[in-house]
Amino acid sequence: MRVLRFILQKEFRQILRDKTMLPIIFLMPIIQLLLLPLAADFDIKNINLVVVDNDHSSYSRQLTEKIFSSGYFRFAGYKSTYSDALALVENGKADIVLEIPASFESALIREGRQQLLVAADAINGTKAGLGSAYLQATVAAYNQELLLRWYPAAQQPAGVEVLSAYWFNPHFKYTYYMVPGILVMLITIVGGFLSALNIVREKELGTIEQINVTPIQKWQFVLGKMIPFLVIGLVVFSIGLLVGLVVYGIVPEGNVLVLYLFATIYLIALLNVGLLISNKNSNQVQAMFVAFFFIMIFILMSGLFTPLDSMPGWAKVISYCTPITHFIQVTRMVILKGSGLVDLLPQLGILCAFAVALNAWAIWSYSKTS
Amino acid sequence: MKVISVDKLTKTFGSFTAVDHISFDVNQGEIFGFLGANGAGKTTAMKVLCGLLSPTSGSATVAGYDVYRQPNKIKQNIGYMSQKFSLYEDLTVLENMNFYGGVYNLNNEQLNTQREQLINRLDLHNEAKKRVSELPLGWKQKVAFLVAIMHHPKIVFLDEPTGGVDPITRRQFWDLIYEAAANDITVFVTTHYMDEAEYCNRVSIMVDGRIDALDAPASLKTKFSADTMDEVFYRLARGAKRGE
Repeated sequence: MRVLRFILQKEFRQILRDKTMLPIIFLMPIIQLLLLPLAADFDIKNINLVVVDNDHSSYSRQLTEKIFSSGYFRFAGYKSTYSDALALVENGKADIVLEIPASFESALIREGRQQLLVAADAINGTKAGLGSAYLQATVAAYNQELLLRWYPAAQQPAGVEVLSAYWFNPHFKYTYYMVPGILVMLITIVGGFLSALNIVREKELGTIEQINVTPIQKWQFVLGKMIPFLVIGLVVFSIGLLVGLVVYGIVPEGNVLVLYLFATIYLIALLNVGLLISNKNSNQVQAMFVAFFFIMIFILMSGLFTPLDSMPGWAKVISYCTPITHFIQVTRMVILKGSGLVDLLPQLGILCAFAVALNAWAIWSYSKTS
Repeated sequence: MKVISVDKLTKTFGSFTAVDHISFDVNQGEIFGFLGANGAGKTTAMKVLCGLLSPTSGSATVAGYDVYRQPNKIKQNIGYMSQKFSLYEDLTVLENMNFYGGVYNLNNEQLNTQREQLINRLDLHNEAKKRVSELPLGWKQKVAFLVAIMHHPKIVFLDEPTGGVDPITRRQFWDLIYEAAANDITVFVTTHYMDEAEYCNRVSIMVDGRIDALDAPASLKTKFSADTMDEVFYRLARGAKRGE
């Protein structure tokens, strides 16, 4: 234990002495937490809508006014023909074309029904899908209005109306959902890269040879490398929670200590992946590329940006085999839902298994003799 | 008493035989020069003895421990210093001493005594709190040597410790080596400087992975009817097939 203390003292000194790395380690997460949630907004706004109004009636004007006042659409122009409007879509100036037929008002009044054409640019599938859906919802609301205006006393035909209740995030704020996830991503990047580049740096400098002729035990060396980054990771995590609280007003519903317990176990698993990479590679460039490969997979397959449930089965298996997936679940459950330790026992078991197995592997993979 | 005994030790990398059945003994308290041209296999042989490389065949004991079975016992009983690297440049002289003293499990009292001795011996009172990167190379090497023997090992291995160091500092360095030997630390040293070879009790000369000569410098000079070690070395090494 005494030897470990000396190793830790040396590692902390070296880390705290590095005047270029230290600010990066702590400033980077703050800046990213301020920027990234803005980019990871899944609410689609500013859909450019071009209208071809062949009717020019008061009903068609009411409808378009209603659409643009919904806040989701931006006026991209009136065109007299469908092909003119489509040209705008082709140059990327508009996303959706709404065509109102020539006899819109008269046919609507006479026959009580009418059809509209909606054509969406599906290159950005999300925008096209959500845009059309918003448009349909707006038209449906307009429809309802018309019915009420024409038959105020009439009994409404029986229908099923869906009322949604948004549990755990009642105002449907995407930041509540994204910020905890992005925080996990940040400690993954900081912890993953720092640990992956550390041992390999000693290899490059040659100091590892000096370590290898000392009686230092393998576990002492690996723990000596891991613990300082665990501390840094937890500090970054705390900074992130603080930014979440101050900037986004996210107050964790659950126990913060539970959050820290999981963060510690997750970091142990993650840091050992980094140390493994460091042990297996002979220079920092190699280690960087390998670390990048794994961190990319971790982040994109973790369910941070995309729902896990819509992945194909084999991809889900990969996703469950990465520790980050489980930790993201935990942070969202604790922060948004207020889950306690008892609710999270399965995740606790899985993450502990990851941490123990990866730590054993990292110690085993460090060889003092080549 | 023998502190190192090596019998038919061999190390191959694929089809390349870096160390080819070498056999020799080193006596306690001896300064043993391990010479050879670049690529002759000196560093490889030394790394095997230090437990940094595992041998392919043959046998060797270092400080009484077997290189195959007891590498950790060996590591407790040796010091090691290589030409290029040994101290952490971003730590101060004192911090390096603390670290290496600590990993060899010196207690606080021993650590303090060693620290004081080292600083007095090298007159580093002003530099002790400077980072190693700020010291000139010659100083670094002297500090590195004393750090390598802080735990009073039975043997210290020095891999070209004076490479690139000026002649005056080299003399001072060898003074330190003599002091260590007088304290019963066996010194196993590789060098390319033939004047340094003269300072050794015995030298071996490696050519193409084999030891072609081993004796006291004076005897070698008689045997090869040469005036200097330079000449002895030249006669043996010019027959070498491989270089760097």
